[in-house]
Amino acid sequence: MSKQSRTEMEELDPRVRVNNFAEVAQGYTPEQAVKEAKRCLQCADPKCMEGCPVQIDIPDFIELIAEEKFDAAAEKIKEKNNLPAICGRVCPQEDQCELKCVLESTGEPIAIGRLERFAANYGEDEVTKPVQDKGKVAVVGAGPAGLTAAADLAKMGYKVTVFESFHEAGGVLKYGIPEFRLPKEVVQEEIDQIKKLGVEIQLNKVVGKIKSVDELMEQEGYQAVFVGTGAGLPKFLGLEGENLNGVYSANEFLTRVNLMKAYKFPEYKTPVYVGNKVAVIGGGNVAMDAARTALRLGAEESMIVYRRSREQMPAREEEIEHAEEEGIQFQLLRNPTKILGNEDGFVTGLECIKMELGEPDDSGRRRPIAIEGSEFEMDADMVIMAIGQNPNPILLDDSPEIETTDWGTIKTDEVGQTTKEGVFAGGDIVTGAATVIEAMGAGKDAAEAIDEYIQSKDDN
Amino acid sequence: MYEIVEKNKLAPEIFHFEVKAPEIAAKAQAGHFLILRAVEKAERIPLTIADYDREQGTIDIVVQEVGYSSQQICDFEEGEAFLDVVAPLGNPIETEDYDRVICVAGGLGAAPLYPKVKSLVDHGAEVTTILGAQRAEKLIWEDRFADLSEDLYIATDDGSRGTEGFVTNVLEELLSEDNDYDAVIAIGPMIMMQAVSDLTAEYDLKTIVSLNTLMVDGTGMCGGCRVTVGEETKFACVDGPAFDGHEVDFEEQRRRKKFYEEHEEEIEEHHVGGEGCRVQAK
Ligand SMILES: Cc1cc2nc3c(=O)[nH]c(=O)nc-3n(C[C@H](O)[C@H](O)[C@H](O)COP(=O)(O)OP(=O)(O)OC[C@H]3O[C@@H](n4cnc5c(N)ncnc54)[C@H](O)[C@@H]3O)c2cc1C
Ligand SMILES: Cc1cc2nc3c(=O)[nH]c(=O)nc-3n(C[C@H](O)[C@H](O)[C@H](O)COP(=O)(O)OP(=O)(O)OC[C@H]3O[C@@H](n4cnc5c(N)ncnc54)[C@H](O)[C@@H]3O)c2cc1C
Ligand code: SF4
Ligand code: SF4
Ligand code: FES
Ligand SMILES: [Mg+2]
Repeated sequence: MSKQSRTEMEELDPRVRVNNFAEVAQGYTPEQAVKEAKRCLQCADPKCMEGCPVQIDIPDFIELIAEEKFDAAAEKIKEKNNLPAICGRVCPQEDQCELKCVLESTGEPIAIGRLERFAANYGEDEVTKPVQDKGKVAVVGAGPAGLTAAADLAKMGYKVTVFESFHEAGGVLKYGIPEFRLPKEVVQEEIDQIKKLGVEIQLNKVVGKIKSVDELMEQEGYQAVFVGTGAGLPKFLGLEGENLNGVYSANEFLTRVNLMKAYKFPEYKTPVYVGNKVAVIGGGNVAMDAARTALRLGAEESMIVYRRSREQMPAREEEIEHAEEEGIQFQLLRNPTKILGNEDGFVTGLECIKMELGEPDDSGRRRPIAIEGSEFEMDADMVIMAIGQNPNPILLDDSPEIETTDWGTIKTDEVGQTTKEGVFAGGDIVTGAATVIEAMGAGKDAAEAIDEYIQSKDDN
Repeated sequence: MYEIVEKNKLAPEIFHFEVKAPEIAAKAQAGHFLILRAVEKAERIPLTIADYDREQGTIDIVVQEVGYSSQQICDFEEGEAFLDVVAPLGNPIETEDYDRVICVAGGLGAAPLYPKVKSLVDHGAEVTTILGAQRAEKLIWEDRFADLSEDLYIATDDGSRGTEGFVTNVLEELLSEDNDYDAVIAIGPMIMMQAVSDLTAEYDLKTIVSLNTLMVDGTGMCGGCRVTVGEETKFACVDGPAFDGHEVDFEEQRRRKKFYEEHEEEIEEHHVGGEGCRVQAK
């Protein structure tokens, strides 16, 4: 049995990287990849696969890397996953495939994500477009859920059109996750591969505005529609001072920087405001991304203000560590109560209350309770709200037959069928803000269900 | 790409474009706006759909040069094309339930006001229009409003055309004589919409204003277009852009619009002797 420890991956020096948007994690060299791949036990009953929502044949692709058949390894992954370079980077592997790896108990599971990212650099660039004569399907939203559903349906032989409201495809991969974690070029390359499968992507099309789901089905002849519109609606706390200049939703801040490339202002014309002392409210991946982005844009201090303790932060451990290395400060067990401003309407500070942990709540985490009378003020000239997103209702306002839950998410069965015949949904619009790979898994399941649905209708 | 089929100069620094966009033209209604990204490196700029022609498959925009991005748009010529246009965005304005309405525009505001007046008249309302501008040559589409309006009043700051002074002077005079109107619709600079709303509040007259907040996506995703309306935070792109003028916190809006003042200066500096750069940017 292999006693070797996980092969390390190079990372940019924190002191260097806080000054640029270059990718932090450098990826494996071929030698490192082969070394790591050889640690895999090639289990007869590979538990790792149970942890992968898109069911990648993990031992097989790892074996191919060990044999230095990198192109074949890439092809093996792409049988199941159309976005390997993305997943290899941003999947929370420690909670998914790597959590289930038999070596996990040793503390040294196989670095499946890093190997997947490595293999994604290889493989055939030329994809042959499948014959597409099985019918027409519309996909709404070009995030990971929609793109996965589209690619799978195209491979099955459907003519697929994706409608996307932004001027670029990718969803959160383009506008949310920063360049230093997921280079936009990598995202675009994988999208271009999907286009080569014959998937048409129509940009600047807000479904619910330019056309309704009914119009797509009744007038434009789409036999089924997949809705993957994500959880794009920013939450605010409703605090006094929340509309001051210098208060952003994480969505706005990150969209300006990532999609509109404000980090290259004034070459790119979209401005972004950056304070000297930035307070990011929240403890998830989005908060880490916002805090690290602010630092790279020149903030002197960037801090996370979170109402629970470090152990309960929902962000990936790796991201919290990266943030710490870069000098992000953590104000834990603090909850903002008011945002302070000056006469010109700009932020000058934050009033917070101290918190303590009480009994566990429904989520199993200990509930944060405000300590009465413990309010205090701190300086800040920029505040970013990263406290979660709600589902985007713009399409739903126009399609009342698609029922939603009390949280505004779309109601579906296990395979993604909504309450409206022929309409399927998946990703964040169904689960609420979750992960890339879960959104992709949902897109995959829905593609199969859509195929079944259309075939059963054709049989009648 | 969205091809420009016609371009006209309406006034100094104000240009009218007719743009080929059949799908948008088919869906556009009075009150809708679009977001335009002229070239790859450009900002996403919100503009009102000032008119549309469903048969020709065209939409009209009227753009005033106020900063770098609006100038960049105005530098486009017939035959060239804008990179991205997304529309229709926002809510169409209700125009069905009115008999008598006063419509007030300040400066460029005449362009976004025009489709509303047209729709009101189409639905049988009698419209009195007040157009204001700094000086005569800055008035736009006076002929169009003359055709549609029961009465048309003009006010210029310097008195070079119509009454000397602000649109609110004319409005006050009208209302003091007869305030049997169903509503006032006012579109123009924030300060003018605020002044109109303050005035009509005295007459308890319903007033609709259309807010030109800062925006990014226009679909409810960023919250950059936040505006306080009657104590509540609204997103102008999806909840508006038209709101009850008596409920809007105009002071807050005026402060919010100054958010990027320093950045605007930086862009100007970056483009000193800018013509070359601007051409390059296309
Ligand atoms: C800052 C940030 C960091 C994150 N980091 C990670 C991470 O490290 N790892 C991870 O696994 N997950 C991460 N996530 C979560 C992950 O990105 C999402 O769970 C995932 O993107 C959801 O995919 P989706 O396809 O459902 O929706 P989205 O990615 O949100 O895509 C939805 C798309 O639909 C479009 N759209 C919406 N409405 C319409 C309409 N009416 N018509 C047309 N188009 C429409 C939107 O413009 C968008 O492009 C992060 C999220 C954020 C915001
Ligand atoms: C719903 C809506 C409809 C609009 N319709 C029209 C229209 O039909 N014609 C037209 O010419 N303009 C319209 N505007 C305003 C137009 O979007 C701005 O003038 C433009 O974005 C300014 O960009 P800039 O880079 O040229 O100017 P900047 O240099 O960025 O700014 C110049 C001035 O304009 C303000 N400003 C900047 N961005 C915006 C913005 N997005 N919205 C409003 N003010 C801004 C700044 O605070 C500053 O005072 C509309 C705005 C909205 C929200
Ligand atoms: S897609 Fe994600 S969960 Fe699946 S194997 Fe790759 S890293 Fe693991
Ligand atoms: S469980 Fe771990 S060791 Fe076993 S096949 Fe999967 S990756 Fe290899
Ligand atoms: S412009 Fe982004 S929410 Fe309105
Ligand atoms: Mg600007």
